[in-house]
Amino acid sequence: MSFFTMDFAKKKEREMERKLRANDREYNLSFKYATNAIKTSKYNVFTFLPLNLFEQFQRIANAYFLILLLLQLIPAISSLSWFTTVVPLVLVLFMTAAKDATDDINRHKSDNHVNNRKVNVLINGQLRCEKWMNVRVGDVIQLENNQFVTADLLLLSSSEPLNLVYIETAELDGETNLKVKQALTVTGDMGDNIHKLAAFTGEVRCEPPNNRLDRFTGTLINGGQKYSLDNNRILLRGCTLRNTEWCFGLVLFGGPETKLMKNCGKTTFKRTSVDRLMNVLVLCIFGFLAVMCTILAIGNRIWEQRWGSDFMVFLPREDGVNASFSAFLTFWSYIIILNTVVPISLYVSMEVIRLGNSFYIDWDRNMYHACSDTPAEARTTTLNEELGQIKYVFSDKTGTLTQNIMTFNKCSINGKSYGDVIDCNGQRLEITENTETVDWSFNPLADQRFSFHDHSLVEAVKLESPQVHNFFRLLSLCHTVMAEEKKKDELLYQAQSPDEGALVTAARNFGFVFRSRTPESVTIVEMGEQRSYDLLALLDFSNVRKRMSVIVRSPEGKLCLFCKGADTMIYERLHRSCSKLMDVTTEHLNEYAGEGLRTLALAFKDLDEEYFKGWQQRHHVASTALEDREEKLDLLYEEIEKDLMLLGATAIEDKLQDGVPQTIEQLSQADIKIWVLTGDKQETAENIGYSCNMLREEMDDIFIVSANNPDDVKQELRNALNTMKPGAGEEATFMPVSSLGSKIKEVKDEEVAGEYGLVINGHSLAYALDHSTEMLFLRAACLCKTVICCRVTPLQKAQVVELVKKYKQAVTLAIGDGANDVSMIKAAHIGVGISGQEGMQAVLSSDYSVAQFRYLERLLLVHGRWSYLRMCKFLRYFFYKNFTFTFVHFWFAFFCGFSAQTVYDEWFITLYNLVYTALPVLGMSLFDQDVNDTWSFQYPKLYVPGQLNQYFSKTAFFKCALHSVYSSVVLFFIPYAAMNDTVRSDGKDIADYQSFALLTQTCLVFTVCIQLGLEMSYWTAVNQLFVWGSLTMYFAVTFAMYSNGMYLTAPASFPFIGTARNSLNQPNVWLTILLTSILCVLPVVAYRFLLIQLRPTINDKVMFMVRQAKATPAPRTRRAQVRRSSTRRSGYAFSHAQGYGDLVTSNRFLRRPAIVPTSGFSLLGRTTGFSPMGRSAGYSPTGSAQNNRPQHVEATSLQMFSTELDHSF
Amino acid sequence: MPKKELETANRPDNTAFTQQRLPAWQPMLSAGIVIPGFVLIGLAFIGIGVALFITSRNITVLEMDYTGVETSSDCFKCSAGTIPNCLCNLYFTLNDTFPGQVYFYYGLTNYFQSHRKFGVSVDAYQLSGDTYYFTNPLNVCAPYQFVNGSIPIVPCGLSANSMFNDTFKLYQLVNVSKPVPLDGRGIAWWSDYNVKYRNPTTTPLKNAFNGTIKPPCWPKPAYELDLTDPSNNGLVNQDFLVWMRRAALPNFRKLYRRITGPDYASGLPPGNYTIEIAYNYPTMIFNGRKKVVLSNVSWMGGKNDFLGVAYLVVGSLCVVMSIVMLIVYATFKFPEDG
Repeated sequence: MSFFTMDFAKKKEREMERKLRANDREYNLSFKYATNAIKTSKYNVFTFLPLNLFEQFQRIANAYFLILLLLQLIPAISSLSWFTTVVPLVLVLFMTAAKDATDDINRHKSDNHVNNRKVNVLINGQLRCEKWMNVRVGDVIQLENNQFVTADLLLLSSSEPLNLVYIETAELDGETNLKVKQALTVTGDMGDNIHKLAAFTGEVRCEPPNNRLDRFTGTLINGGQKYSLDNNRILLRGCTLRNTEWCFGLVLFGGPETKLMKNCGKTTFKRTSVDRLMNVLVLCIFGFLAVMCTILAIGNRIWEQRWGSDFMVFLPREDGVNASFSAFLTFWSYIIILNTVVPISLYVSMEVIRLGNSFYIDWDRNMYHACSDTPAEARTTTLNEELGQIKYVFSDKTGTLTQNIMTFNKCSINGKSYGDVIDCNGQRLEITENTETVDWSFNPLADQRFSFHDHSLVEAVKLESPQVHNFFRLLSLCHTVMAEEKKKDELLYQAQSPDEGALVTAARNFGFVFRSRTPESVTIVEMGEQRSYDLLALLDFSNVRKRMSVIVRSPEGKLCLFCKGADTMIYERLHRSCSKLMDVTTEHLNEYAGEGLRTLALAFKDLDEEYFKGWQQRHHVASTALEDREEKLDLLYEEIEKDLMLLGATAIEDKLQDGVPQTIEQLSQADIKIWVLTGDKQETAENIGYSCNMLREEMDDIFIVSANNPDDVKQELRNALNTMKPGAGEEATFMPVSSLGSKIKEVKDEEVAGEYGLVINGHSLAYALDHSTEMLFLRAACLCKTVICCRVTPLQKAQVVELVKKYKQAVTLAIGDGANDVSMIKAAHIGVGISGQEGMQAVLSSDYSVAQFRYLERLLLVHGRWSYLRMCKFLRYFFYKNFTFTFVHFWFAFFCGFSAQTVYDEWFITLYNLVYTALPVLGMSLFDQDVNDTWSFQYPKLYVPGQLNQYFSKTAFFKCALHSVYSSVVLFFIPYAAMNDTVRSDGKDIADYQSFALLTQTCLVFTVCIQLGLEMSYWTAVNQLFVWGSLTMYFAVTFAMYSNGMYLTAPASFPFIGTARNSLNQPNVWLTILLTSILCVLPVVAYRFLLIQLRPTINDKVMFMVRQAKATPAPRTRRAQVRRSSTRRSGYAFSHAQGYGDLVTSNRFLRRPAIVPTSGFSLLGRTTGFSPMGRSAGYSPTGSAQNNRPQHVEATSLQMFSTELDHSF
Repeated sequence: MPKKELETANRPDNTAFTQQRLPAWQPMLSAGIVIPGFVLIGLAFIGIGVALFITSRNITVLEMDYTGVETSSDCFKCSAGTIPNCLCNLYFTLNDTFPGQVYFYYGLTNYFQSHRKFGVSVDAYQLSGDTYYFTNPLNVCAPYQFVNGSIPIVPCGLSANSMFNDTFKLYQLVNVSKPVPLDGRGIAWWSDYNVKYRNPTTTPLKNAFNGTIKPPCWPKPAYELDLTDPSNNGLVNQDFLVWMRRAALPNFRKLYRRITGPDYASGLPPGNYTIEIAYNYPTMIFNGRKKVVLSNVSWMGGKNDFLGVAYLVVGSLCVVMSIVMLIVYATFKFPEDG
């Protein structure tokens, strides 16, 4: 990818302006524009080997081993045979190459898939079905409904009036609503006339390819006339054509030059904090290696001086080698020998472990969502252990915490509350799946999916109580929903917000069926009788009004105003006579709000004909006024919406996903902070905060920051900070900077007594994220238990994540389901997508995907924790094992004249990491668990060590190294002393080098095996097999290597012939092995035992409890959700955008009910029904901010491999 | 039913492995295991230590330096290395019987046979009797690959060239010097003698060495190492094999002969002895010492007090440690409180 983008960058540097002529391939070919074929693959059959090897050797570790290999080829230096390095290196290169090859094959496949999509192209006056990749710049192509846009096109004509087309840009910028593009009239007039289109020879001059999605400039010259082109005429690749039968377009940019592709490949390559630490450590190790080698080189210099020069009778120096030069050579020889401190297998093993642990995530049944048949998926296999270190979770609301399903749950009509199921004793019953639902058979038009449990309401409807009828009449009349009736009596509602859909559906089921509308009328079926109401006025919703009204004339000619809105708004406008009903209804509202339901109050008013006529006149004047139209209208609305009669209230449940409050509770128990970042309104967000138990009544304070200028925001944050922590300084305390060369300061975690919450809205957040205020915001937010940011744009979501990443040494996780979460998912250390929902954008750019929010708990507390634990155990053990192995050489140097003589047999050195110790440690890292998942849930505190990096840190590494030094001393000096001047029991030699080597390496193998046993806390049969198998393997291989047969085939390669049988039959050898391995391990046992006694960790405590319990504990008791005391009232929970009312009353809208262009280009959210399809997220769809950070999302190969593509960036 | 299958097509398998529920043994460092474990290991080690220590103490070793550093030594005259074929004597007296099978070793100190170059500079093919390598020794043998750049050395290499070439004869002084029979057969490893080193099949052996030259330090060529016994000659000479099994540490001893003969089968009787040494090997220049060692062996090999002492110390430490741990455990009693 990088290669090819660079190529293009070079080639196209000079392209200042793009010129092309429609239907003139020859002319266009002269510019050598890119064709529409895309290529995300890196290799082909011939380039694979050289390119892949070249890339692999760019990795530091591989390059290091290549250098070692080269060093080994110099005879004067070579202290080890070539095969000790070549065998592991080849193995590693081969494995990586195999992985890269499969990845690239997949990329080829998906490239082919995309390139072979078919599209109609106008060639030689005929429409021909061509593959995408054969489309050229300048071609005219025809798109059909629901087709992907093939390339960046200039829209020529469409099937729709005014040459409009509707496109969905979700894959480009993450917005799910439709956008409108309009062709120039001059081209639009061609329509679908093939002859005219084929004869079209317009010339386009436009900007060169770039990645700005929101901008385009160019001109079209046709018939001598110049027309200017802007973004409004352009269809970008990656969009989908919707609600448009067909359209024609002229290809401007193809394949790699499209704006979509220009936005690709900027995904940052994510690495885990363990990776980063490893890099530092590896550098330290290299430094340490250099120090060791220097010491040994100096030792060699001294030895050569004092002994070597006298010893020249038997050990003559080569020509031109003096003591100093010999020391120089020795330095390099020891670099070769001691290279095992950073064994190449380390990196391979880490990858294998991560891969294994990723598979566990894919395989986990407890994270499999049966309803949607979606298992969890680890889309990235390199970040597992990071899941065990999460400190901050940033969550989207809609679709993530909630199901984005609104259900009509309860209502209060004329002072009576409906919706609860009461048993014969008057006790309220818990509603479960088995509770009997209301039978809708009386109503043929009912929506069977709608369920309601309280039969009394149906009875009330059947009793024809006027209030109840008015209540539902209001619901069926006062809304902006569109109805579609494809088959008779099969109604499909298209609601702008799921709330409205729920209300209208409720009315429908209770016998007030909204059937159709025209701009002037609404037709409903009232208890089986069709009636048409004249729609005289629609007083639309706005954020300030928080209510909407309709004025209708009934078939009987009665004028009536129906109003629904936020209770606060309605109550101010009620008639005095309602005061008693108000009190009762208020009680109900409080009750509903207390249960986390979204409430609306409903009211109506009969209108006087005369008065209304006057009002209507003024309304007409006002709505055509050129100045202050809004204000004038508002005044008129105010005027008529008063002295209303209260009807009752509705309560809609914004259904949380299963287990969300419990999950949040568990995560906060694990010291994970959850911030909700949502595009929703503040009230809705707060509401959800309460129902998720994130905000609680008993919190000491909840700060709401909703100021509109920077100073106020600053002041509010400062106040919050001072309330939480009186006397908190202006300046944050910074952590002492420790990491290498990083200039970023890190803010210390502060502690605060009490629980606080912070709610901040998008406007304030924009100021809070300003450079001068961000620190204040961060400090205040981090002191709070809960942070909710509402009305935030996708860009702001990412900014919040970046802010925390920048100043906190903490691992962040972002979880979301929609395209608006893509930026945050990419920004966070770990991105989690909710799968199985409408869009796949979030999932495609995520690292992990789960079907439900509640699986996050298992993903973090079980998989994350285990992965982290395993990785850390692995690293600690791996370093121990190799340091011990290597340091023995260091001690031996003092007894072999610093000649870089290895202690072990070369075969042992080759096979130690690959064969003798590879599987046991892999077994540990794939199977180990300190306590099982049930206990992990029971004690979420077990997660905390991960956040604090306790299992593997510089200190832990240093301890490892010290332990290794001790072990290596024992491993060398015990055999040394035990074998000194001794002989076999038949008097023959045993203190020879080969026997000594065998003895030491056997001790080493035993020691590391026992040490592994100590580390391992979960011995499965596989582990046993691996450990014992490896020991057996060691002896089998050793005896085989030292056998006559091997020697006779290659005498030079197997010089250790006979050593095993001559040495391993001696009791003193075995006694030495026993002593050495026990002595290496016993102090560790004692130290650990004492540590458990004196300073037990949380793990020790829980493990002890597990032992005590023996059996698994009783199923964990989910904390029953506490009903909140109802002191607060929920706000108006309408998630409309303003201005929808205009559409309802406009003619254009009705021709094609789904979407409507209103004044100019202001776009509207579109949702189809209230099935979990629509999004009520309310960030401004017209704002330009979110386009600054475009999310490339084509559901093709582009993302799947983007992580791999970027090493070289 | 196919519909139902379809619905759960993605459901992961429910196996103990995929669900990470493999049955496992979960040991823990609890007081009930650790403290008794330490006591047991401690006691066992003390037991082994006592046995080893007593065994080692019962092994008799007689070690005599004959480098000739002191002027009083008979070998002083030879130590300068100026007299060719210098002979010197080493006298010693045994007051008690030297019991058991007695082994005759020579020892060297400060001698870095463990130096990497000794290990490298060997031609395994040549030593396994491949005559091609007689005329074409491997480069690793340099600088003892060729003499004058063309005549190949057999056996080539540093290791072979530096072969120890002092010889010893042991006499018991009973009125006259009565030679004590020394057996040089079977002093090398069976595998070295039978597999690793081979003579070429050429007969006579000497012909195989045509066109080659002896290593510079050797007084005589390989095929003349033992003219009396063809099976101990050439590249399978036992002394050569013993030498080629290079020592791991700078101070080492190597088996020279076994003391045999009907009179000495159960040990050397008390009395005066002399060792007649053909002093050839230079060690003074690199401050090395040459020793003669007489020793008998036990089941645990030669005399080595270290192992016994180490077992005793470690065993005692274990016992002490277990007491400390018991005290700590009794004091803190984790985790009853936690």
